[in-house]
Amino acid sequence: MSAPGPPIGMLAELTHRCPLQCPYCSNPAKLLKANTELETADWTRVFSEAADLGILQVHLSGGEPTLRGDLEEIVSALSSRGVYSNLITAGVNIKPERIGGLKDAGLDHVQLSVQGATSEVTEKIGNMKGAHEQKLATARVVRAAKLPLTLNAPIHRHNIHQVEDFIELALELDADRLEIANVQYYGWALINRTQLMPAWDDVMRQVDIVEEARERLRGVLLIDFVTPDYYAEFPKPCMGGWAQDAFMVTPDGSAMPCHAAHTIPHLTFDNVKDKSLADIWDSSPAFDAYRGTDWMQEPCRSCERREADFGGCRCQALAIAGDAAATDPACSLSPLHATMLKIAGQTQAAGETADDFTYRRIGTQ
Amino acid sequence: MITSESRPGLPAFVRLQFEPVRDAWALLSPEKVMWPDEVSHDILKRCNGKATVAEIISSLAAEYDAPEDVVRDDVCGFLQTWADRRLVVA
Repeated sequence: MSAPGPPIGMLAELTHRCPLQCPYCSNPAKLLKANTELETADWTRVFSEAADLGILQVHLSGGEPTLRGDLEEIVSALSSRGVYSNLITAGVNIKPERIGGLKDAGLDHVQLSVQGATSEVTEKIGNMKGAHEQKLATARVVRAAKLPLTLNAPIHRHNIHQVEDFIELALELDADRLEIANVQYYGWALINRTQLMPAWDDVMRQVDIVEEARERLRGVLLIDFVTPDYYAEFPKPCMGGWAQDAFMVTPDGSAMPCHAAHTIPHLTFDNVKDKSLADIWDSSPAFDAYRGTDWMQEPCRSCERREADFGGCRCQALAIAGDAAATDPACSLSPLHATMLKIAGQTQAAGETADDFTYRRIGTQ
Repeated sequence: MITSESRPGLPAFVRLQFEPVRDAWALLSPEKVMWPDEVSHDILKRCNGKATVAEIISSLAAEYDAPEDVVRDDVCGFLQTWADRRLVVA
């Protein structure tokens, strides 16, 4: 199946290096070392190709993207072409003047991760002393520089009781948006699933809190809610559909339809060092593999929702159903939906007495 | 609440720009890109934080050669919906 039209967005993982060690990191379990990272000139060329292709938004992520000393040049390459740039940062070990430099380079928006609403939780999740205070300081520098700010709070059993506090924190820090994003279980999060899985009652309470806050803060704070897959009725249209309008590039230049696509062993990925983005978008076999609806099996194939959620997440289908072309078991129409709920219940119960996290570190997996 | 005295503008994290590959206007926000139709674009491009809603309505009524009452309902409804989603500030 050919490309549906030009892509809208691209996630650029500039590095896998990061001062935090969050146990649900979306990076692969096998992290790339600094000496494999693309050079500045590679990224600026890729971003020029992205603008030519019609990409309107680039999310600069990692790892921690500010560890790249050339981030200002990278941002300039985007702003000079009118591409909306979004910095996704952990907000630690960043000199305040760096934020001003990024704003001057044309940065459009900052998304700051918050692991906890208190020092104790933030330090436990990121495994870094003093991280919380540094994050708050970064948020204030961002707002003082008049840069728009989104807080992103990944939610799991260790902070699901802090959802109200995250909302308060977003208001206190004058954030424009807050993402309450329940952890999705692949990669590191799958390794730590037992330690992270929240309880059903807590999930339901969280939904009520978010709904009430959205109503109360309408026009004041935008709250985006990423629902927990394991307790869902219908799956999410992962990435807006496989290679439908967005994709990502890894620190060493592999172009993948999503963060976790490397977990599907039969896929091979093109590299931006070898091919143009236009070629990759049009004809990369990995992009074609699950594009559109032709690849679908039942119950997706005849489902009226097939173009609403595109069958959900291919990586989750592989992880739980053992077949990347199966219906995402997050869907209530999947024959494995009950199994998924059972896994949630069992892991959640086992989490009561589980060992500590397997922290995200280079070389541990 | 949007009133006729409000002076709507686009928030700092939202940008309206012409996209040559698709030959269309795009509204860029942190996680979403929207494609305003011609009427929506005519309203949004007047949201500069200076013009009042009343002035925007007069200007649109003149351009579309339509009664202000009709334009008012459409414009106020549109702006309130967008303000609730924080895509317009007033």
